[in-house]
Amino acid sequence: MTVVPVNMSEMPTFTLVCDGLSKAFGRRVICRHAAFSVASGESLAIIGPNGSGKSTIVRMLAGLSRPDSGTVAYALDGGELKRESWHRVIGLVSPELALYEELTGRENLDFGNRVGGWGKTSSDYDVVLEEIGLGGRGNDLVSAYSSGMKQRLKYAAAFLKDPMLLFLDEPTANLDEDGSRRVWEAVARRRVALVIATNEPEEAERAGSRFVAGQ
Amino acid sequence: MPGAALSPGSKIWAVFAKDTRSEYRTRYAVNALLLFALVTLTAMSFAVGGAGLSPLYASVFYWIIVFFSALSSLAQTFVKEVETKTATFLKLTAPDDAVFFGKWGFNLALLLVLQIVLTPLFVVMLNIGVERWGLWLATGLLGAVGLVSTATLIGALIAMAGVRGALFSVLSFPVLLPLLVVLIRVTEVCFGGGTPEQVGDGMLVLVAYAGVSTAAGWLLFPFVWRE
Repeated sequence: MTVVPVNMSEMPTFTLVCDGLSKAFGRRVICRHAAFSVASGESLAIIGPNGSGKSTIVRMLAGLSRPDSGTVAYALDGGELKRESWHRVIGLVSPELALYEELTGRENLDFGNRVGGWGKTSSDYDVVLEEIGLGGRGNDLVSAYSSGMKQRLKYAAAFLKDPMLLFLDEPTANLDEDGSRRVWEAVARRRVALVIATNEPEEAERAGSRFVAGQ
Repeated sequence: MPGAALSPGSKIWAVFAKDTRSEYRTRYAVNALLLFALVTLTAMSFAVGGAGLSPLYASVFYWIIVFFSALSSLAQTFVKEVETKTATFLKLTAPDDAVFFGKWGFNLALLLVLQIVLTPLFVVMLNIGVERWGLWLATGLLGAVGLVSTATLIGALIAMAGVRGALFSVLSFPVLLPLLVVLIRVTEVCFGGGTPEQVGDGMLVLVAYAGVSTAAGWLLFPFVWRE
């Protein structure tokens, strides 16, 4: 496996800042006046039992849904990033995101690369597929993948993008031991602002700070 | 920061190519589109028999087939993205403009395929005498652009709504009705009926509708696509 070394001192500093964030579905509170920030190299775990609203908070932080009140802002080297550009810096691995079943793994990566303008080459696809344990399976249709392989491909797509902010919602769902080890190693190699939504204590312990959903 | 390097045209093409490749492998929309059109045409052909149709009725039948075939499948490009959860990937990857025009282009190609298959069959099976082929082709193209622009936006709207069902038809019908009326009046002339005055005014309306619906779709799409 070839992993290209990155000069982290040259990378821009990204910060997610959330202030006064509130969301409720009727009486069910997802979060109330939440305030936190996550910068490049830092990590936050959103924890809570099933149904507490972890995924909803991730969606709000990623700009995929709107809060009832409060703000989410992205800053890049101190300057605020416009909401229209958020999609360029986000990597998301989530049960609420799927890749195209009728395309192959490589075709999915190629589509993301072309439409997102990630500036990657075919050999970059091989590197990231190898890194995540899908080497040699990139030309198979995603519909033929197991659930664990689909989860790995989501990581490959997220990593290929070189995100500055990485959301991992149920990060090791469907992954075997090898898959879990590979993704955590791959995450550790990247200097991203990391947000993990999980109800697994071991996964939450990887994060520097925590936020409890449903309060 | 990734995302800025490629031209907007390349990104639109990427969405269009992805949808075309997916469609080629699944026949998700084209089967519904062609099946509806051919079944309706066959039923009409049996009902009419050898009696022949007046230019007005022939025009009405043609556009009813195209209109309802379009309703059955053009919304699917967005509904499928939402139902299979690939919409989230698309939102986090592609600029809104590329998604709208990529889907628009795909829907237009789909509708043009329908018209290419339907038109000769319609002429032969219903024994239609076409007097102005060039005008009919232009009408078909402008009608397709107007239909597709409206259907693409409304398709995105209903895909993002929790309740879909017949919502697409309900929302589309009042918006597309003026277009449908003009298309029928101009096509009537192509089949040898109506008056020449119907053409000039009608074509003007069709060009305006195509332009306005495309611009409105493009401008409104981000508000529909982003919750």
